[in-house]
Amino acid sequence: MAGAPGTAVQLNINGTSRTFDQPVRTVAELVHELALDGKRIAVERNGMIVPRSRYADTPVAAGDSLEIVGAVGGG
Amino acid sequence: MNAPLVPSAALVDPLEIAGHAYRSRLLVGTGKYKDFAETRSAVVASGAQIVTVAIRRTNIGQDPSAPSLLDALPPSEFTYLPNTAGCYTAEDAVRTLRLARELLDGHKLVKLEVLGDPHTLFPNVRATLAAAETLVRDGFEVMVYTTDDPIIARELEAIGCVAIMPLASLIGSGMGILNPWNLKLIIDAAKVPVLVDAGVGTASDAAIAMELGCAGVLMNTAIAAAKDPVRMAGAMKLAVEAGREAFLAGRMPRKLYAASPSSPTSGLIG
Repeated sequence: MAGAPGTAVQLNINGTSRTFDQPVRTVAELVHELALDGKRIAVERNGMIVPRSRYADTPVAAGDSLEIVGAVGGG
Repeated sequence: MNAPLVPSAALVDPLEIAGHAYRSRLLVGTGKYKDFAETRSAVVASGAQIVTVAIRRTNIGQDPSAPSLLDALPPSEFTYLPNTAGCYTAEDAVRTLRLARELLDGHKLVKLEVLGDPHTLFPNVRATLAAAETLVRDGFEVMVYTTDDPIIARELEAIGCVAIMPLASLIGSGMGILNPWNLKLIIDAAKVPVLVDAGVGTASDAAIAMELGCAGVLMNTAIAAAKDPVRMAGAMKLAVEAGREAFLAGRMPRKLYAASPSSPTSGLIG
């Protein structure tokens, strides 16, 4: 499991593998780490949508797949 | 996400979709503009209240202060219509719109399109029907992009879609309305709004769609790919309004011969 300070955590984010050297234990911490605080995004963890209100208590663990999406121009 | 709306009684001839009234019958996409300033100028010039947006992976690592579509077109000012452009399966479309609902705070009004071919962007009707069933059951208000097949339109309405949006011609083609007779059959049979979505190339195409009795027109490329997008957006606004007025006025019947000049036949000199 992720969480022990100093332990690198590998996550698959938007199809790309990323390694975090600092602890990333929850979706809220991940969002912060990615500098997406306050941005209008939606997050899916291992295929399940994580409501914004649950970021702080939704754990992320090594090997998790996350999709982070936003609204862009489109027809 | 719905911008604050005027009660329908206060609007003249509003477009009503899923219980909401809109002043403008022109819906516009937000893609293909050179920058967000141009996007906003074109949308404002079009008078559109409903704007389509795409849902895409966030660009991780980009400057967090970089401008975004949401800054240019605040959801407090416009009704966002998240779409599933680029989805080729029912599953991807449903997943995309569930993310959109989360992104937009429970917003239910969506545009469903499931494509069948990357070359033509022709819709996959079977996958569209399947996705529509799932989304309607899940509580979404589905405006659905489809072919101009009246039987499929009827089936999508029976599923519970809140608007049927047949193509005029292929997405991004600007070929105009290729089969007005099919559109007319769809319009005559439908009890929900029918909007032409895709294929409009210039103002007359939009006017023809409205004269046929379409409830509205949705377009993106016709405006964004014009030499002067903002000016074309204004032209489209006028065309949709003119077409709607002509439809409501009721055009004269077509006749092979006039035999009825506009000037008096008596009192001629000589």
